[in-house]
Amino acid sequence: MGWVSGNLPLIGNLTLQHLYFALPPIVIGLVLAIPIGWLANRTRVGRTITINVAGLLYTIPSLALFVLLPPLLGTRILDPVNVIIALTVYTVALLVRTVADALSAVPQLVVNSATAMGYGPLRRFVAVELPLSVPVVVAGLRVAAVSSISLVTVGAVIGFGGLGQMFTDGFQRGIPAEIVTGIVLVLLLALVVDGLLLLVGRLLTPWDRVGRSAGRPA
Amino acid sequence: MIEFRGVTKRFPDGTVAVDNLELQVRDGGITVFVGPSGCGKTTSLRMVNRMIDPSSGTIMVNDTDVMKTDAAQLRRGIGYVIQQAGLFPHRTIVDNVATVPLLLGWSKKRARDRAMELMETVGLTPEMARRYPGQLSGGQQQRVGVARALAADPPVLLMDEPFSAVDPIVRESLQDELLKLQADLGKTILFVTHDIDEAVKLGDRVAVFRVGGRLAQYDEPGVLLARPADDFVDSFVGRDRGYRGLSFRSSEQLPLHELCTVRSGERTERGWSLFLDADGRPLGWHHDRAGGGTADGGDLVPGGSLYDARAGSLRSALDAALSSPSGQGVAVDGDGRAVGAVAADDVLEALAAHRRAEAA
Ligand SMILES: Nc1ncnc2c1ncn2[C@@H]1O[C@H](COP(=O)(O)OP(=O)(O)O)[C@@H](O)[C@H]1O
Ligand SMILES: [Mg+2]
Repeated sequence: MGWVSGNLPLIGNLTLQHLYFALPPIVIGLVLAIPIGWLANRTRVGRTITINVAGLLYTIPSLALFVLLPPLLGTRILDPVNVIIALTVYTVALLVRTVADALSAVPQLVVNSATAMGYGPLRRFVAVELPLSVPVVVAGLRVAAVSSISLVTVGAVIGFGGLGQMFTDGFQRGIPAEIVTGIVLVLLLALVVDGLLLLVGRLLTPWDRVGRSAGRPA
Repeated sequence: MIEFRGVTKRFPDGTVAVDNLELQVRDGGITVFVGPSGCGKTTSLRMVNRMIDPSSGTIMVNDTDVMKTDAAQLRRGIGYVIQQAGLFPHRTIVDNVATVPLLLGWSKKRARDRAMELMETVGLTPEMARRYPGQLSGGQQQRVGVARALAADPPVLLMDEPFSAVDPIVRESLQDELLKLQADLGKTILFVTHDIDEAVKLGDRVAVFRVGGRLAQYDEPGVLLARPADDFVDSFVGRDRGYRGLSFRSSEQLPLHELCTVRSGERTERGWSLFLDADGRPLGWHHDRAGGGTADGGDLVPGGSLYDARAGSLRSALDAALSSPSGQGVAVDGDGRAVGAVAADDVLEALAAHRRAEAA
């Protein structure tokens, strides 16, 4: 506890930095994954290709991506943009499949009846298909968010900062308290963000907990 | 208002779902498409609002070829009700009903007011407005489906087996309510079902389809029951069609006989008397073996079905006669008061008179 009380400003800075790296990819990733997931669902081939490419992207080691991106993008090696882009790639890779699955799980009956009421395709997507996929998408988003928060720590290995820096620094200087504090804070951040997403999901879907018979065969 | 001109639908896999359909739907009535599963009823219906495009032929709605209209625009002007209601699970009931008015650009307030009005029309209480479809029974969801289809007051309504998924008692009441509603609204309704009894009950005209998407017969239900066009229609129309056909024969010419009635405290004659309450409504039959007894309302034999002398059909008259313990069917007026007796023989004689008139 001695180490913590002596280093509060540092801890605060690193936490903010961590969030600065972790949160934008979650938002940008979601925004990108929705149209890609929608497009993927247009054709069977499109879906197979997209989901396989996404799966492949996710298997690239994060450290490799942090190192590979600067020459690809023409950025400096320690430019924060590298981390944000890399994590966005992972988020998209995770969410594309979720979005595609969520959209294809919207009951065809409901989609058809929306069409028959006179919805055009875009309006129907926004007003019917997207809201109905919120429960599944939020579940996927929670996984992506936790993964993004934990992956930021890898960036510390090549000097990006964030809470991961408390692992590397604590390890090099032999301060177990710093390492433990880092771990606890990463877990806390993950829990808080996860909880917030859960809450937002619930607020967006008051209909989801009242019974499940509508739009499904009796 | 709706007209099929040589309409054929061939799906990409080669299935011919509808084969050269020629048919005119009468304005302001219920036209029923009926036939065994897979005979192309749904496909025919869905070509009207362009959910499916015909392979050849023309469908006219309001004298316009549907293929020359904007599909979304066309659909907003045609109410559509389907089997599982297809409500939006994420919207409250009132918002479900307000769907089409909102699509048409009505203000939110006006659309909601209209939705509340329609919920009442279809027999839903205002408390249901804020609920979600998942909180309603199948029958209630189906009512919402009907209200949603009617919200923008479209002249045409398409209904695809709307009552098939609810239990028989609820189905019956939904059918009765549809008939009542239709008597007020006078929409042009195209109704699809596989149930011939439902077709005959609801339809002003009934189109029987055979598998392969060909029209077998298109007639008024009474004609369908009396003169099926061929063996297929005959067997599809099913058992007891002679008896069921009596529903469509007017009982105007049916003579009423005098009824032996008795009220509480009065002396009875020998044989059967109909026991009436103070207002003249039948309570049951009283039997006196010897004659000269007094009726006190005890030991009554339940009466059979009642025959409404003004609105009834030959079928209800015959059933009243057959189900009455005395053999005399009880005819009642609009208020349920006994006005006379009908005899089975007279029903058969009336039927024979109908036939003679038709042959002439
Ligand atoms: N999208 C489709 N592709 C191929 N065949 C279809 C399609 N939709 C319906 N059919 C076929 O067309 C025929 C008529 O179907 P449908 O109109 O749904 O019949 P019904 O409503 O009378 O039961 C059936 O043989 C059905 O299998
Ligand atoms: Mg069908």
